Amino acid sequence: MTIRGLLSATALVALPVAAMAQDLPPCENCADSMTVVSWGGAYQTSQIKAYAEPYAAMTGTTFTWDESSNEAVAKLRAMNEAGNITWDLVDVEGPDSQRLCDEGLAMEVDIDEILAAGDDGSTPREDFGDSAFNDCYIPQIVFSTTFGYRTNVAEWGGRTPDNLCALFDLENFPGKRSLERRPKKNIEWALLCDGVEKDDLYDVLSTPEGVEQALAKLDTIKSEVIWWSAGAETPQRLADGEVVMGSTYNGRLFSVIVEQSQPVEMLWDWQVFDFDGWIIPEGLPEDRLNRVLHFLHFATDTQRLADQAKFISYGPARASSQPLVSTHADLGVEMAPHMPTNPENQKNYLVNNIEWWADNQDDVEARFQAWLAQ
Amino acid sequence: MTEATRTGQMLAADGTPLKRSLQRALRAQKLRALMLIAPLLLFIMVTFVAPIADMLFRSVENQIVSDTLPRTAQAIRDWDHNSGEPPSDDVLAAFTIDMIAAVERKQHTRLGTRLNYEQNGLSSLFRKTGRGVGDIGETYRDQFAALDPAWTDPGTWIALFADPSWQADHDAWEAARTAARSAGRPFAEPVPPFRLKDGMAGVLPETADAYLDFARAVQGNRNGDPAARAPWPPVYLALYRDLTAVGVGRIATLDEAAQALLDPAHYAVRGFERADLAALYAGIDRAWSQTTVWATIQTFSARYTPGYFLTAVDLKQTPDGITSQPADQKIYIMLFERTLVMSLTIMGACVLLGYPIAFLLANLPMRTSNLLLILVLLPFWTSLLVRTSAWKVLLQQQGVINDILVWIGIVDNAGRLILINNQTGTIIAMTHILLPFMILPLYSVMKTIPPSYVRAAKSLGATNWTAFWRVYFPQSVPGIGAGCILVFILAIGYYITPELVGGTSGTFISNRIAYHISSSLNWGLAAALGTILLGVVLALYWTYDRLVGIDKVNLG
Repeated sequence: MTIRGLLSATALVALPVAAMAQDLPPCENCADSMTVVSWGGAYQTSQIKAYAEPYAAMTGTTFTWDESSNEAVAKLRAMNEAGNITWDLVDVEGPDSQRLCDEGLAMEVDIDEILAAGDDGSTPREDFGDSAFNDCYIPQIVFSTTFGYRTNVAEWGGRTPDNLCALFDLENFPGKRSLERRPKKNIEWALLCDGVEKDDLYDVLSTPEGVEQALAKLDTIKSEVIWWSAGAETPQRLADGEVVMGSTYNGRLFSVIVEQSQPVEMLWDWQVFDFDGWIIPEGLPEDRLNRVLHFLHFATDTQRLADQAKFISYGPARASSQPLVSTHADLGVEMAPHMPTNPENQKNYLVNNIEWWADNQDDVEARFQAWLAQ
Repeated sequence: MTEATRTGQMLAADGTPLKRSLQRALRAQKLRALMLIAPLLLFIMVTFVAPIADMLFRSVENQIVSDTLPRTAQAIRDWDHNSGEPPSDDVLAAFTIDMIAAVERKQHTRLGTRLNYEQNGLSSLFRKTGRGVGDIGETYRDQFAALDPAWTDPGTWIALFADPSWQADHDAWEAARTAARSAGRPFAEPVPPFRLKDGMAGVLPETADAYLDFARAVQGNRNGDPAARAPWPPVYLALYRDLTAVGVGRIATLDEAAQALLDPAHYAVRGFERADLAALYAGIDRAWSQTTVWATIQTFSARYTPGYFLTAVDLKQTPDGITSQPADQKIYIMLFERTLVMSLTIMGACVLLGYPIAFLLANLPMRTSNLLLILVLLPFWTSLLVRTSAWKVLLQQQGVINDILVWIGIVDNAGRLILINNQTGTIIAMTHILLPFMILPLYSVMKTIPPSYVRAAKSLGATNWTAFWRVYFPQSVPGIGAGCILVFILAIGYYITPELVGGTSGTFISNRIAYHISSSLNWGLAAALGTILLGVVLALYWTYDRLVGIDKVNLG
């Protein structure tokens, strides 16, 4: 290829980027690198592909990724004590954002002011709806915690679970279960299968007996439970045949079922919805903050959030992004049926009760951990 | 005859006394030696001594209570929790100011979390109270406003409480801001730090104190301007309390404008409708009308606390002294015991497995023993995580070992052994991982035992066993000692392997420490547990030194 040919080829490649770059306002007094904290794995990849790479291509910003979201609260607190914030943008789950916001470790933002309006003309606050539940949180996705089960368990004699309570049914569905090593969701599921109605759930849990009732229900399967602390563990155990059913994030199950074609099925019954999103650490210097805000404006717009769903089966947090959700980037599978928000999948569901958990987390967690250790 | 012999003093070539010259040379040498080790010393101080000191400090430090609730800590000191009565209005008023300031600074949830370690339910109570405390004092604000609308004007408060020099600074700052805005320039200059007017604290002590806190909190929160905001309702509560207590004479010491404002208020407060603080707090949550919450605050308002250490040994500090934790929350003693027992088991397994291997290594011909040594060292050089994950693959129920056992027919397919996510898993994986730490010291000691001793024993008629047991083994004991100390101390603080293969029954105290560091954020308890673990190791080391003698330990 001649030099001229090479030049015109780059020009062709550069053209659409240049066209997009025009949409992006220039960033004044901005740092040229960012440290972004996320969860690693397929989820982080989806963020890199859907927003970080396009943004880097347009602005030349260097991204450093840190996979510490799991310990974000502890580390941000330590950074705050040391007076040296090294992170620019942190991806956390809803409850952690609440805690960080309460303790003043996350910056309060006005999403109407800093984010782009929806493609359908709605303001960010209308567009994000319930997902923007505190003053620090900039949601990205809706995910759910749900169950996967193996389809070829000999002992089940051809039966397959059709509702959540199969989890507690050791007679019909014997075998090991994989559950998260935390009380959240587990105690709600235990109560739902112990005859408590959805509407009474948190009233019951607010009494001291409620938590004991849930733990007593969990006691019935305690010997058969292998506990997990990382989202990748249940899919791994299901694929290995170590467990016959287990809870995890729906996107992780999607990759086991659809991408790796393992003999595993999804049980959507009583899935628990949760949000995942960004917080900006409090106390960033101005140039870094400007860069973060500039990036966020781009990374949370309607198209970008819809793009993310091409790489992972989590629903975009913006209502205006929903119609734009298309097919998987590599497999070409239609993504909508695999979304937790698909009406077919949400006949029975819970929404993570951030308020209740923020108030009661400390008590229940201490009780649960003691129960586990005994 | 030389000079030296005449004076009885040896002189160096340059004429100075030899002793002094030698001393100088030695000092230079010592200094050089010190400078050579200085980087290491500094490194150890920074990375080892300082963190341990910090950990020791954190395990007793409790300043969060007295820092967040300074007035309450002061006021509640004399309250008797056995009286059955909740604290007086003075305490409640102090608590109101503390609490609203904490809410504004976003410290109250953290304080609630801290106190929740000592009494369940306090975390949610503080969150709830944080939402409601802003309304306490509203009754008074409304009554002051009805008396004179100027009371709700931020300017009134500034004129009353701000130091005139601050007011001048503030005016200059405001002028600069207006100029910058009209010119379209960005303006990021912070408001000058608030200063209280002299003399106000003598006349209206609580109000001045509360208003100062208000102004600081407003400034601390993204450089707000106290001159642009009317104070929190609780400040009006303080004003009411001050005005009911202060005499007319004190008010007369103030300037005219202040007198004009305060005199009618001073007269009017006698007719104000009183707000029942106790009832207001009970309205936020019934827990405030009981003594237990207050007693907990009182007990833990000291700057240092043994609370974390007590929790770490399943005890609990209560207002009435130290009691035992309820049975369903006793886990730490059990975890310490488990850690010790399992570390001893792992150490024993390492001796049993390591001794024969080290013996072979030391006694085989060089070529074979070198190959064997590489086999020992190869896993030693492999990443810890890789080895632990490999054990996961081997040990799980559908894993390699179970598959082989089922295939041979030793176990039934339905009765596959549970080798992982329990204590067995931890013991197997950790024994494997720590084995080189046993083999290498053993090997280096055995290498130095002359083979002629055993030969001599045999030639004197000893059997193989007697020659080994009476002659060889005693000489290898220092190696066993070194290996045991190494393996045991490493095992007792192990974290990642038990976490990955230990399930819930095979985890150690260190997993608990990690949990408190990164999940529950109870750093004080984590520090106390870590300190105890350190103490246990030191105590065992000391015992070992007394019983066996540390100089007998030989690393080769």
